[in-house]
Amino acid sequence: MQTIDMAKVDLREVNSTLHAQKDDTNQTSWEIVNPKGSHAIAVGLDAPIEVTVRGSTGYYCGGMNKQATINVEGSVGPGAAENMMSGAIIVEGDASQYAGATGHGGLLVIKGNASSRCGISMKGIDIVVHGDIGHMSAFMAQSGNLVVCGDAGDALGDSCYEARLFVRGSVKSLGADCEKKEMRPEHLEILKDLLERASSDAKPEEFNRYGSARNLYNFDVDNAGAY
Amino acid sequence: MCGIVGLFLKDKSLEPKLGEMLTDMLIVMTDRGPDSAGIAIYGNDKDSNSKLTIQSENPDTDFAKLDSELGKLIGCKVSMRLADTHAVLEMPAEKIEAARESLSVIRPDVRIMSAGDVIEIYKEVGLPRDVAARFGIQKMSGSHGIGHTRMATESKVTTMGAHPFSTGVDQCLVHNGSLSNHNSLRRKLRRDGVHIETENDTEVGAAYLTWKMNQGSTLGEALESSIDDLDGFFTFVVGTKDGFGVVRDPIACKPAVMAETDQYVAFGSEYRALVNLPGIEDAKVWEPEPATVYFWEH
Repeated sequence: MQTIDMAKVDLREVNSTLHAQKDDTNQTSWEIVNPKGSHAIAVGLDAPIEVTVRGSTGYYCGGMNKQATINVEGSVGPGAAENMMSGAIIVEGDASQYAGATGHGGLLVIKGNASSRCGISMKGIDIVVHGDIGHMSAFMAQSGNLVVCGDAGDALGDSCYEARLFVRGSVKSLGADCEKKEMRPEHLEILKDLLERASSDAKPEEFNRYGSARNLYNFDVDNAGAY
Repeated sequence: MCGIVGLFLKDKSLEPKLGEMLTDMLIVMTDRGPDSAGIAIYGNDKDSNSKLTIQSENPDTDFAKLDSELGKLIGCKVSMRLADTHAVLEMPAEKIEAARESLSVIRPDVRIMSAGDVIEIYKEVGLPRDVAARFGIQKMSGSHGIGHTRMATESKVTTMGAHPFSTGVDQCLVHNGSLSNHNSLRRKLRRDGVHIETENDTEVGAAYLTWKMNQGSTLGEALESSIDDLDGFFTFVVGTKDGFGVVRDPIACKPAVMAETDQYVAFGSEYRALVNLPGIEDAKVWEPEPATVYFWEH
């Protein structure tokens, strides 16, 4: 395993070292020590490497990730895994606001709680939160799956499109045009797979599914006053 | 942006290091707001005197012989401690109001930063490292303190636009965010006789809390009602003689991280500000909930 010590090396060098790894690199295992809440750690990776961050991070950890697997042995600040394309990010602690925002693909696992706006405008990413999520999560979520093993805060799925939202616990309130939906066998299959990959022992049958009521898709003159 | 740090000590053995710990935390937050910086320190000298912390653009002339002049006017001994553009005047608590009135006559350009038994507020334009060095904050001891580094959005970069703002005796407020109804609220408060000096939004927030408390609200109640009456974005951290509180608006887009151990409660706009605190590895670390008032008291 290659070790990068952020007490000795600055952030640009950390990220450029990781960016230098290509698809055929034989240095596939990395650890970053002394992150001390720094921003933008392991952002923009594009190689099938595994990076373990030994501590908590600041903003945008693992943003725009492609291919890499990033483990954070702590909590992450705002915007973790923002715009992730593929790969996986596993956070042992909590995540601050807008985790997984605009993510196109890959898997984000948060083993603690996520705060507000988790999965905002998600576009294909899969997010599994072992704990609770905050308000305005999955706002304008377009596609992908958001799985919440705990409770969801206010205005879940406001103005969402075709993302699937699965919540095991309570939902404080649903956002505009978000509704509870029937859980069909194919959804249970999706959930089973995601829960396994996220190392959660929750049972798919314990979840409810939420999604778009599709009333905001087209202009409706009766709603003109609300626009 | 703007950066906030706060430290409320439970373990008295840390009190001599309060200024040093708070300064280090604030310097880490410099890139959240390099315009101006300030710190409120709640001292641990529990003698019977009260303090007025004052500021002047011309300290050499304004502070010259101020202690003896003021002492004669208000009829008591006044001691003065100088710190760059600031000075701390100490006198019996019952003389504070008379001192304020006399100051406005004999030194009309002097500004009052804070008043109280233990609070001292120091703030100036500049980077946290420089501002803290000018006042010797690192050597100060105390039971709790709040620091702020400002990125101005709503009003000018001036000493009086810097945080913390005094909200009353031994009370202060710092703010990350911007209030959008501060003009209408300022007009309303001024009609009610509240003195507001600048065009700054946070000063209106501070004046609002003072006004609520003058009407009989506790600080906790005033903070609760601020969630309804203030429009805009805010993470507030407040200090009182014995306590330390945090409240965020319901949208809660301004960041906040808290940590608690047996030795302290700490606040940071980012986790980075907390990483060098003792025992942080095993601290309870969490993000304060929106529209929820948190408060700790000695």
